[in-house]
Amino acid sequence: MSSRALRQPLGLRLTSNVFLAFWCLVAAFPIFWITVMSFKSPVDAFDGNALNVIFGPATLETGKGISFLDILMGIAVLWVTARLATKTLPEMVKSYTRPGQAWFGWIIGGLVLVLGFLLAFFVVLPAVLNVLNPLFGPLGRDVMGLTTEHYKTVWVDRGFSNNFKNSLIVTAGVVTVSLTVGTLAGYGLARSGSTLAFWILIVALVFRALPHSVLVAGYLPVFINSAEWLRPILGENAPTLYGKPFAVIAVLVAINQPFTIWMLRSFFQNIPAELDEAARVDGCNHFQAFRRVIMPVMWPGVITTGLFSFLLAYNDFLVTSLLLDAQNQTMVPAIAGMFNRETTTTDQVVAVAAAVSITAPLFFLVMIFQRQIVSGLTAGAVKG
Amino acid sequence: MNFRTFAAFVGPSVFMMLLFIAFPLVSVFKQSFYVTQPIYETVEVETCTPGFLTQTCVTEEKSIPKLDDDGEIITQTQFVGLESYRNVLEPERTWRAISEGSWSVLSTINFWKALRFTLTFTLITLPLVIGFGLAIAIVINNAAQAIRGPVIFVSLLPFIITPVIGALSINWLFRGDGILTAMLEWWLNRDIALFAQAWTIELLMMLYRVWHVAPFAAIVFYAGLQTVNQDSLESAVIDGASRWQRLKYIVIPHLMPLIIFVSMIHLMDAYRVFEEIVGFSSQGYVISLQWLTYDFLVPDQAGNRSISRASASAMLTMVGIVILLIAPLRRTWRDHKGGH
Repeated sequence: MSSRALRQPLGLRLTSNVFLAFWCLVAAFPIFWITVMSFKSPVDAFDGNALNVIFGPATLETGKGISFLDILMGIAVLWVTARLATKTLPEMVKSYTRPGQAWFGWIIGGLVLVLGFLLAFFVVLPAVLNVLNPLFGPLGRDVMGLTTEHYKTVWVDRGFSNNFKNSLIVTAGVVTVSLTVGTLAGYGLARSGSTLAFWILIVALVFRALPHSVLVAGYLPVFINSAEWLRPILGENAPTLYGKPFAVIAVLVAINQPFTIWMLRSFFQNIPAELDEAARVDGCNHFQAFRRVIMPVMWPGVITTGLFSFLLAYNDFLVTSLLLDAQNQTMVPAIAGMFNRETTTTDQVVAVAAAVSITAPLFFLVMIFQRQIVSGLTAGAVKG
Repeated sequence: MNFRTFAAFVGPSVFMMLLFIAFPLVSVFKQSFYVTQPIYETVEVETCTPGFLTQTCVTEEKSIPKLDDDGEIITQTQFVGLESYRNVLEPERTWRAISEGSWSVLSTINFWKALRFTLTFTLITLPLVIGFGLAIAIVINNAAQAIRGPVIFVSLLPFIITPVIGALSINWLFRGDGILTAMLEWWLNRDIALFAQAWTIELLMMLYRVWHVAPFAAIVFYAGLQTVNQDSLESAVIDGASRWQRLKYIVIPHLMPLIIFVSMIHLMDAYRVFEEIVGFSSQGYVISLQWLTYDFLVPDQAGNRSISRASASAMLTMVGIVILLIAPLRRTWRDHKGGH
C-alpha cells in the first residue's frame, strides 16, 4: 500500500525537483564562475554581461582563444581520462596486485594516470592542435577567449609553487601525526568506560569550541622568544619556533585533536568489542590485539578522519598566517596577502587564478572520497 | 582495560592537548594582566643647526628605548592588573554611551561593535542553516535514486571549499559591477553598491555562511531521514494526516537530536566567525570578536604586537563560549550519570 498512498502529486514533485535544481545551481555557481573568470583577461572577467565573461571577446582580441576543434579534442581527452580512471584502472589494479597490497597498486596507477593526463593535455594536445587547426578552416578558428597567463603569473612570478610546497609539508605532517596520536587515543577511549575517559572527552569538547585566536595569543610570545627559554635545554642551537613549519604542525595537530578523537572513537565503537576480546582470549595483550585485529579493519574510519584533518590543515588561515614567516607561508594566507595588496584588475584576476588553484585539489578530493566524507559527517551525528 | 594500558593509549593525545591547548589558555590568562614594554629613558639632546654669527642650538628632552650591550631593546614585563581589559572594553566611554542611550557612540568602541556583529551573525544564520539544511535534505530524499550521488557531490562543494576562498568567490560575484550585482541592478533598475555600507556586507557574509554550512546540515539530516520509521508514517497516512502534519509530528521529532547536534556545531563555529572578515575585507565596516584578537596579534607599523590586549580580548571572547557550552555540557553530564 505504501507506494500508492505515499505517492506525491505532480505539483509537489515538480516543486521539489525545481528546488533541488536551484540548490545545485547555487552550490556550484560561485566555484564554476571563478574558474571561468580565471581564464579571461581582466576586462572580460569583470564584465557585467555574463555572456561576455563566458566567451571573452576582449581575451579573443588579444589573440588568445580556443577553437571548436580545441574544445572537442579537450573534451575527448578528459572523457578518455575519466573512463580510464573509473573502468580500466580498477581492473588493472585488481589483476596486477596481490590482495593485501591493492593500495600500492592504486598509488602507482593513480600517479601514472595523473602524469599521463598532464602530459597528454598540456604537451601533446597543444602540439597536435597547432598542426591541425589551420587545416580545418572555420572549425579551427578561435571562437572563445581563453588564456592561462594568470596561472603562469601566479605559479611562476608570484612564487606560488613555494607556497604550495609549504602547504604540502604542513598538511602531510598534520595528517600523519594527528592520525597516529588520535587513533591510539580514539581506541583507548572507545574501549574504556571509565569516568576519566568521559572527562577527557568532555574537556576535548570544550577545547573544540575554543576560538583559535585565543590559542594563538598564547603561542606567539612563547614561540617568538623560544630561542631564549630553550637554551638551557637545547644549548646554543635552540631554534626559534616562530615561523617554523614543524611548530605549526604541532599546533594544528593539537587543535585538531579533540575533533579527531571524538570521530575515531565513534568509528571504533562500531567495531565490535568481541573482536579484540577474542584476540585477548587467544593470548594477545591490548597492544597486540590493537595491532593484529583492530588495525586491519579500522582503515575506513581512519581514512575518513584523515580527510577531515587534511581539510583543517589545508584550509587554515588564522594559525598559519600568524605563526609562519613569509618564507614558509602556505597557500591560503598567501592569497589573502595577494588580495589585500591588489591595485589593478589584473592583480584581481591573478588572485582569482590563485583561488582556483587552491580549490582544484579539494574538488578532486570530493570526487574521489565523496563516500568517506559523507560517512564522516554522519558518524558523529547519527550515533549521538 | 586497566589504567596503565589506558594511559599508554590516550597519553600522547592528552599530552598534546595539555601542552598546546590547556597551557596556552593559562598563559593567555596570565598575559592579560601583564604588559611587556621597552624601557624608556629620558635623555637631553642638544641639536645645533648652523646659523649666521652663532649656531642655533636647541636642547630638548627625548625618551628613547634603552639598549643593552648587543644593541637590542631592553623590555620589561609589568603587572598592570585590569588595565588591558580596560583598554579593550573602554568602560568610561561605554557607560557614557549607555547612559546617553546612543548606539552609534557605543559602536565606535571596537569590542562592542565586534560583539554585536558576532551575536547577530550567529543568531540569524542558525535558523537559516537549519531550515535550508532540512529543505535540501528532504528534496534530496525525494529525488530519484540515480541523481542523489551527483547531487550530494555538488552539495559538498560549498562545504569543503577553503572558507577564505569561499568568501572571496562570493565577494567576486558581487564586488564592483560583479556579475550578480549587475543582475540585481538590471532587475531593480537602480544603482547598487554592495560594499559601501555595513549592513549589505553583513548580509553577504551571512549569505556566504549559510551557503557554506547548509550542505553539512543537509547531509546529516539526509542520513537521519533514512532511518525514519516507515510504519509510523504509514499509520499516519491511514489516520489521515496531511504531508505537513507527517513532517511536523513524525519526521521532525525523529530528527530532533540531529537538529540539536547541528545547532550546537553551528553555534560554536559561527561564534568564531573570522574568515568572512578576511574574505570580504570588511574590517573597515564590520569586525568580529575573533578578528579583534587577530588584529591585536598582527604586528602594527612599528612591528609591535599588542599581546596583552589580545589576551584580554581573547579572555572576553571565552566568556561567550562558556555561556554557550553550559547547556549542552549539563545535558551530557545528566546523560552520563543516567547511563550508569
